[in-house]
Amino acid sequence: MKRVYVNEKWCLGCHLCEYNCAFANSGVDDMVKALKGKTIAPRIRVEESDSINFAVSCRHCDNPLCVKGCISGALSIQDGVISIDSDKCVGCYTCVLSCPYGCISTSEAGAVQKCELCTKNADGIPQCVAGCPNNAIVFEER
Amino acid sequence: MKYVIIGNATAAIGTVEGIRSVDKYGEIVLISSEPHFTYGRPLISYLLLGKTTEEKMNYRPLDFYETNHVTAMLGRTVTSIDKNIKAVILENGEKVSYDKLAICTGSRPFVPPMEGLDTVERQTPFMTLDDAHRLAELLGEQKDKDVLIIGAGLIGLKCAEGILHLSKSLTIVDMAPRILPNVLDEYGSSFLQRYLEDLGMKFYLSDSVARFSTPNHAIFQSGMELDFDVLVVAVGVRPNTSLAEEIGCEVNRGILVNTHSATTVPGVYAAGDCTVSHDIAADTDRILAILPNAYQQGEAAGVNMAGGDKVFDQAFPMNASGFLGLHMITAGSYDGEAFITTTENSYKKLVVRDNKLVGFILIGDVDRGGIYTSLIRDQVPLDTIDFDLIRQHPQLMAFAKAERAKKLAQPH
Repeated sequence: MKRVYVNEKWCLGCHLCEYNCAFANSGVDDMVKALKGKTIAPRIRVEESDSINFAVSCRHCDNPLCVKGCISGALSIQDGVISIDSDKCVGCYTCVLSCPYGCISTSEAGAVQKCELCTKNADGIPQCVAGCPNNAIVFEER
Repeated sequence: MKYVIIGNATAAIGTVEGIRSVDKYGEIVLISSEPHFTYGRPLISYLLLGKTTEEKMNYRPLDFYETNHVTAMLGRTVTSIDKNIKAVILENGEKVSYDKLAICTGSRPFVPPMEGLDTVERQTPFMTLDDAHRLAELLGEQKDKDVLIIGAGLIGLKCAEGILHLSKSLTIVDMAPRILPNVLDEYGSSFLQRYLEDLGMKFYLSDSVARFSTPNHAIFQSGMELDFDVLVVAVGVRPNTSLAEEIGCEVNRGILVNTHSATTVPGVYAAGDCTVSHDIAADTDRILAILPNAYQQGEAAGVNMAGGDKVFDQAFPMNASGFLGLHMITAGSYDGEAFITTTENSYKKLVVRDNKLVGFILIGDVDRGGIYTSLIRDQVPLDTIDFDLIRQHPQLMAFAKAERAKKLAQPH
């Protein structure tokens, strides 16, 4: 299946993927209205050092420890995509404890949030990838 | 092939999903004393807290048994197993035959002898949905009950979290000198205790109830006396091993299983809180009554019962046990060299032994903590990563370039 993969040598550390992610999942159709003056909580995050940058988001593992450890059945895997049912999540953070990549984050609403490959929003394809100016993240079969 | 699973919680569901990943058609019969559709057992405290509802507690979608072609015999109890004819025997004498059997019987509350305990009418353990219902009923909605919880382990404290807002007062007593002794170190325990005391909980530690006298009066070993309206007994649990023991499965407190979740009796598997696991962080065998462990043991049991080959050999303690706004995740063993960072609102401890991370405590800031867990799980030699960097924050930057490429540029 198609997943988001990282080419770290091409990452400029511009953080556009974070903004595009936050916008895509905001439910608002104007980027300025969605993000201006707000602390964004994107599901993809850029790690930075002096010489290297790269974006990290859910790997959609075939052996998803987050799903296997979920106490409520809120996390599930369907056709390879791991998604969260925020309505069932109680915010226990067992998935935060389980994810080897640090890709599940807390959100203000109480439930955790994670990359769902833009399957639940209006865009349908990962907006982090669509907006990356340097192909540092790609959405493909490997 | 006909599979029988005794139990209907995490390990049992893991077993079903493990079987179905290999065998789509074999007959599966699941038998459980509890009458309910499979529910997330640790959710019972969140139910009382109001963070979930009974309608949302289903551990799997409501068509799970149908979709997976499982005959669920709920509200039925297995009273014995006849391994000669390969059948389990139910309370009414009915026999259910099997080719492969999974024992996922979990644990039951342990109640130490306390004089006069049987005279306390308004009491309950806190293990099941029915216990939660009973507790809600005992408390009522007037916030006018003084509650006494015996036990400051995870069950007692999660219960306390769930009912603090429903109680007039909440007192917790434990024989141990500190709270959550199996999950936290001393500093962590006192950090959490202060937090919970600020919210109104009262703790009496290194103490226990010597006897109860009517009506609803507890006399402690220390001489302290307390009136209460509702009692929760959450001292500990004991694994349900008797069915396994009676057919000759080797048992040492819990049922002994190998990394394929097989017991010592051919064709019989076991998973979850009723078993003993090998803890890779402390390098010792112990009962690890935690949900992620139960699922993975069950899954391995299912795959192997169906003729596949799956090993689960990465068991170690791990708990996400936040309380009322204080986030907390912990894993592994605390025996080793400690690296500690504290602030007013957080506590972080990493424990290193023999060039490996063997344990950690994160209270307050738990962000990306799973990266630390992965160091324990994969037993990563710390001299192959930038440990000084990862000590500051969990991050993938600390791994070597080739390792990062494996994590981020390859499918998993």
